[in-house]
Amino acid sequence: MAITPPTERIWWNLPIAKVELAWIIIAFVWGLIMFFMMVYWHGAGEQNLSNEAYRITPEQFAAKTNAMVEQYTVRDESGYAVVHPPAGSDVYLIARLWQWWPIIEMEKGQSYRVHLSSMDWQHGFSLQPINVNLSVHPGYEMVVTMTPDATGEFGIVCNEFCGIGHHLMVGKIYVVE
Amino acid sequence: MNATTIFRTCPSTGLKVHSSAEKLIKAHAVAAVVFLAVGGLFGLLVALTRWPTIHLLPADWFYLVLTGHGLDVLLVWIIFFEMAVLYFASAVLLNCRLATPLAAWIGFWMMLIGAAMTNVAVLQGDSSVMFTSYVPMKAAPHFYLGLLLFAVGALIGCFVFFGTLVIAKEEKTYEGSIPLVTFGALTAAIIAVFTIASGAIILLPTFLWSVGLISNIDTLTYKTVWWAMGHSSQQINVSAHVAIWYLIAAMLLGARTISEKVSRMAFLMYILFLQLASAHHLLVEPGISSEWKIFNTSYAMYLAVLGSMVHGMTIPGSIENAQRQRGFNNGLFQWLRKAPWGNPAFAGMFISLILFGFLGGISGVVMGTEQLNLIMHNTLYVPGHFHGTVVAGTTLAFMAVTYLLVPLIFRREIMFKKLAQIQPYLFGLGVAGISVFMMGAGTLGVSRRHWDITFADAIMGFDYPATAYLMLAANGISAVLASLGGIIYVFVVVSSVFFGRKIGANEKVMDIPAPAAVSHYGSATKISIPGTAVLVAVFFISFVLYYFVNWKYLSDVWPLR
Ligand code: HEM
Ligand SMILES: [Cu+2]
Ligand SMILES: [Cu+2]
Repeated sequence: MAITPPTERIWWNLPIAKVELAWIIIAFVWGLIMFFMMVYWHGAGEQNLSNEAYRITPEQFAAKTNAMVEQYTVRDESGYAVVHPPAGSDVYLIARLWQWWPIIEMEKGQSYRVHLSSMDWQHGFSLQPINVNLSVHPGYEMVVTMTPDATGEFGIVCNEFCGIGHHLMVGKIYVVE
Repeated sequence: MNATTIFRTCPSTGLKVHSSAEKLIKAHAVAAVVFLAVGGLFGLLVALTRWPTIHLLPADWFYLVLTGHGLDVLLVWIIFFEMAVLYFASAVLLNCRLATPLAAWIGFWMMLIGAAMTNVAVLQGDSSVMFTSYVPMKAAPHFYLGLLLFAVGALIGCFVFFGTLVIAKEEKTYEGSIPLVTFGALTAAIIAVFTIASGAIILLPTFLWSVGLISNIDTLTYKTVWWAMGHSSQQINVSAHVAIWYLIAAMLLGARTISEKVSRMAFLMYILFLQLASAHHLLVEPGISSEWKIFNTSYAMYLAVLGSMVHGMTIPGSIENAQRQRGFNNGLFQWLRKAPWGNPAFAGMFISLILFGFLGGISGVVMGTEQLNLIMHNTLYVPGHFHGTVVAGTTLAFMAVTYLLVPLIFRREIMFKKLAQIQPYLFGLGVAGISVFMMGAGTLGVSRRHWDITFADAIMGFDYPATAYLMLAANGISAVLASLGGIIYVFVVVSSVFFGRKIGANEKVMDIPAPAAVSHYGSATKISIPGTAVLVAVFFISFVLYYFVNWKYLSDVWPLR
């Protein structure tokens, strides 16, 4: 029994039951399939997380964001600049206690290199209702190329706990034709 | 040492029980239950706050209580109980004296003081940083200090366990190899040493940083090392609760594992492969290569998952085999129908096994897939998943074994037997609900650790679909059920331990059935467990379907490169 020493002293030489062996093989093959699925998706799938990231200071990142905002702001909305950078360009999004800044307007079907970094603590970029979730760190700039495939208004919810204002930290992305 | 005065012989099992070991097991179990009670109450408050129509606590209290909940249940309850399991699986099962009881007591007090210190820090209100305490969010210094004390105390406990194994071997208190349950506990203890070392490596500098001696801690390094502790500690839990599944199946039904070799290999997989799998907590972090992520989540994780899938067959299989030998041979499932469902130890164990596999196991593998993590990371799906593993799995298994520990170690009869009987069902149902509905809300994008999904006070908001609100309400109702189950558990156990009828020194409280004859040489290949094979097939089909459904979900989101 499991609470007493094995009765067969040489238990490691006993044969393995057929059902058990079959299950081990099935489970192992399933593991292989799941492994190749990830590799396969890197080639064939459209949703893969980029590995592109750089070390950066909050000041440097803020400077790049400000340059973009100065150049491409199209209007103002509840105190937030709304920027409309050209299709295919680099877009910067600042995460800080407790806002996503600025509001970004993109064109449907176009690709953008979205740069994410934090000015202070860790934050979580959670694009809704698409439900894409990324971690945003201070000191690291992550670059993700996104291609919005539907128009509308999208929310950016912070989903990494960042203190008492965590639930107030919501940003916006517009996708237009 | 005078061996005759410090041992008693257990009339039910025939095991020699060292009185110091017994006292330590009691102390750790009692401390565990106290923290479960506190932490479980916190959990209820959290769930009621996340239920939008009730929205019980204000924001600051919500984050405070959530921090306390994670710490008290995930760390304190589980690790205290695990220490009791380690001492039981070494000293008691091996008929041995416990190595250095004094050191074990020092470890106990360090854990207790540490846990209390961290709780005080949290309740003082300036350490609402969640149990992950990601830098640069800062808690009070005694928050980290308490955790460090707790960890070192637990480490001492692990070494007392190892020492006991050595003594047992030298004094030849058992013959041949250690029992499977002890082997499982050994797995847990080895992983614990690795885990606690990682914890110390990251918490020590964090403590120094909190008192101003270190100026900066890199956020990504912190997360990586923190999860080397945070993830492998989950593997301690799995090893420990799987060992308990085997223990309960053996004590109640005489079940004997189909193959010692396979079961032990499966435990070994946990040690060999799970440490690196902590990568699955880092799948959407910046600057970590896909190659590294895939390697660590597949090579490392799937082989450990293989270990769990093997136990998932061998445990019901050994029960089926034992029951069939007892004559429950009709059809596929008579063995299961005629199992002792009225015994809370068995019911708890079996429900724990099923929920762990179907809810916690499948969702864990899905979420740990590199690309699929993109649509789940940090949503409520995550707590949904681990309430399937660590609550429905580990916690329920620990509750189940308590119904055996109270008569055997505390030597008190369980009181309120009827209440005890329904407890595993009530708790299991509630936790299954918590798990499923949080996963449901997470699939709809609801964030974890979030006070207000209506964003009433935010400058800009976002409207979640009505189903998300429904999920949170259903989660709240399930939380009430689970809490009732938790309260009954604490009530029954505490009353029995203090007021239950004392069991006489020579009184038998249970008959350990004669072991089922399985692994005698030659018979192993002929073993027949068709019912278990069907259960496993159902599990496997659900797994495969659910896995590919999630790839379908992923393929619908914006293209990302
Ligand atoms: C009555 C029983 C319980 C209820 C009602 C409950 C409910 C909850 C809820 C609603 C959350 C919050 C999710 C969020 O907003 O992010 C949560 C988080 C959590 N629960 Fe439980 N829970 C219970 C028992 C347990 C037990 C026994 C454990 C561990 C063994 C546990 C471990 C955790 C952990 C680790 C978290 C995450 C905390 C964090 O995100 O920092 N829970 N629980
Ligand atoms: Cu944030
Ligand atoms: Cu946040």
